[in-house]
Amino acid sequence: MNRVIGLINLEEDRQLIKEITTDRPIATVPFAGRYRLIDFILSNMVNSGIINVGILLPQKFGSVLDHIRSGKDWDLARRHEGLFYLPPVCAKNDSASCELSTFYKNIDFMKKSTQDYVLLSGGHTVFNMNFNNALRFHQNTNSDITIIYHKATHESSAPCTVLQCKENGLITDIANHSASYNDANISMGIYLMSRKTFIDIVEYAYERGGCDFLLDGIMRLHNKYNVYGYNYSGYVSTINSIHDYYKTNMDLLNPQIWQELFMDNSLIYTRTKNDIPAQYKSKAKVQNSLIANGCIIEGTVSNSILFRDVKIAKGAEIKNSIIMQGCTINEDALVENVICDKSVTISPQKWLKGAINYPFIVEKNTVI
Amino acid sequence: MKKIECLAMILAGGQGSRLGCLTKKIAKPAVPFGGKYRIIDFPLSNCANSGIETVGVLTQYRPLELHTYLGTGETWNLDRKNGGMFILPPYAREKGADWYKGTADAIYQNINFVENYDPEYVLILSGDHIYTMDYSWMLEEHKMNKADATIGVIRVPQKEASRFGIMTTDERGKILAFDEKPKQPKSDLASMGIYIFNWKLLKHYLEEDSIDSSSSHDFGKNIIPKMLDNKVRLYSYSFDGYWKDVGTIESLWEANMDLLKDTPSFDLGSAWRVYSATPSLPPHFIGPHAKIKNSLISSGAVIEGTVENSVIFSGVKVGANSKIINSVIMPFSRIAENVLIDKAIIAQNCEIMTNSKIMSNDGSVIVIAENEIITPINNGKKQVG
Repeated sequence: MNRVIGLINLEEDRQLIKEITTDRPIATVPFAGRYRLIDFILSNMVNSGIINVGILLPQKFGSVLDHIRSGKDWDLARRHEGLFYLPPVCAKNDSASCELSTFYKNIDFMKKSTQDYVLLSGGHTVFNMNFNNALRFHQNTNSDITIIYHKATHESSAPCTVLQCKENGLITDIANHSASYNDANISMGIYLMSRKTFIDIVEYAYERGGCDFLLDGIMRLHNKYNVYGYNYSGYVSTINSIHDYYKTNMDLLNPQIWQELFMDNSLIYTRTKNDIPAQYKSKAKVQNSLIANGCIIEGTVSNSILFRDVKIAKGAEIKNSIIMQGCTINEDALVENVICDKSVTISPQKWLKGAINYPFIVEKNTVI
Repeated sequence: MKKIECLAMILAGGQGSRLGCLTKKIAKPAVPFGGKYRIIDFPLSNCANSGIETVGVLTQYRPLELHTYLGTGETWNLDRKNGGMFILPPYAREKGADWYKGTADAIYQNINFVENYDPEYVLILSGDHIYTMDYSWMLEEHKMNKADATIGVIRVPQKEASRFGIMTTDERGKILAFDEKPKQPKSDLASMGIYIFNWKLLKHYLEEDSIDSSSSHDFGKNIIPKMLDNKVRLYSYSFDGYWKDVGTIESLWEANMDLLKDTPSFDLGSAWRVYSATPSLPPHFIGPHAKIKNSLISSGAVIEGTVENSVIFSGVKVGANSKIINSVIMPFSRIAENVLIDKAIIAQNCEIMTNSKIMSNDGSVIVIAENEIITPINNGKKQVG
């Protein structure tokens, strides 16, 4: 896989999940107690043997740099190759940047690269996959572009990209922003192609006023290229909405999914911090939960995910909730069906309750 | 090389034979502690946090795992362009090779390394104590006293005093007498195995000691008594925080237990940061029927049973209906269903099969060596320690 360059595109439609992405792209939303969503694609690339990764930065990229820094935690701080940032380049008359313009303006990086292939992906899908089989498929089918997809397991109204494939994988139709149905082929937003094809598409599409790689690139040029679909059968969840975010976190309370994502295959890397193991005190009662290091638990926690350095005081009760890093839940507070963003404080005896499938979201640094 | 004020040398070569089967394959400083640490994390983090950024780690016994863990020193922010952490194993010379024959000999054999940095002071530390301490205060006091050597001391219970090197001092902290492991201790001030020496003086004593064939080349037995005989300015620096020598099974177990309870005797959270290599593991999973109290649990663990008063390291599995009490379970050991473990230390990668019972009859701590497989039948035979 060292013939492949990885590209992670963080320029995303953030309308659907805006409550927790006011300061950050979806890719750096905290997930699963200690990770950020981007850790999955980044670790998958590294574990597949990709050693040259470019990250296309969105406008609000502070949290991306803060999280990834030199790339050392992913073994990407290297003398040659390694991690590259592609910053948004705003010309004066550009009203907004878009992914094609950033790719186009950083195209020298792609032209200078020595790799043969490009693996382009978004940064907000939760999965643990090795891309080597997909590359073999790409080579064997002689395809120009391979789109990695998974089978939908349930109906969903959240918009996604649905592919129609022939038996040999040849894609005959791509529908963007479609509702999904059971057994539909849902694109994971991961594209494998030769470096030349990638550069051709970017130049062609951008020079014709295009903005989106899929819409203005692949879909417009669908007739010109052989586009194949590669089916990935492992656990996949793409986070497009608060509902997806909540549900995917809760999926991890299923030991099989937890095991598959984090333990069975390759490891998922993240920025390492230096927390002490979680401390359970004498009145602690914890069931069916994921608890990160640095937590101090004196109260009751069930069906929940506690990020690093969360404090649950005596008598406090947490149910069906996601509590992000550095939150403090004080004495006798009750928190149910809630997502607390980072560093939230809930005062003693406060009750906070969301609906079962519509969690209440508390913004970063709020004191209630 | 840039001249530095104070350089630290950590003695990490000992076998730690009193830790029994825990140090069969690894050196004592590499023994896991406190859910995610190893013993050596404590002196190294103390150095980094005290602003001492040139540190030699003297290794000898079973160094592979210790060397792997130390790496470049990056974990403790000790991978520096100027100084940093250096691993110093014994080495061969033209006339042949020598092992480190004692604590003083280990430093003597590395005089070249120390001279490179031309330090004013040298701080000598052991790799087998659990504590957090700011050495810069001790160095300040050393300078204020215009001492030639300063020894860190701590008050210990009178009945334990005969296990330590015991100091008698005047009211200003000047050391009048030093007895290594005395039968009738004259005071309760025990040496913590932390020394600051003026390097020029220490170098002189080390060179003298190296040609003394009757010497056992040990700081406590030879160098310090000789300095006292010669009326060198020896001072004590008393420390009143938590400090524990974890040289025995019993004390290692106690030190782990000291981290628990609602207000622990040693609170890792309130002390300054102790650094350790963090594995890439997810938060631990607590199953729907688990019961946990008074415990420390680290990442990647899966707990389906009951855990009380215990320290659980990364990647440990505890099966349903199993009960872990007053115990320490080291990384990646797997405990099946219906197991009872009470007052035990289970080393890394053990497999405890269904229905096993691990507890002693006489209240002593049971130790299971790494990679052991315990079945209900061999329960009684695997008691070591």
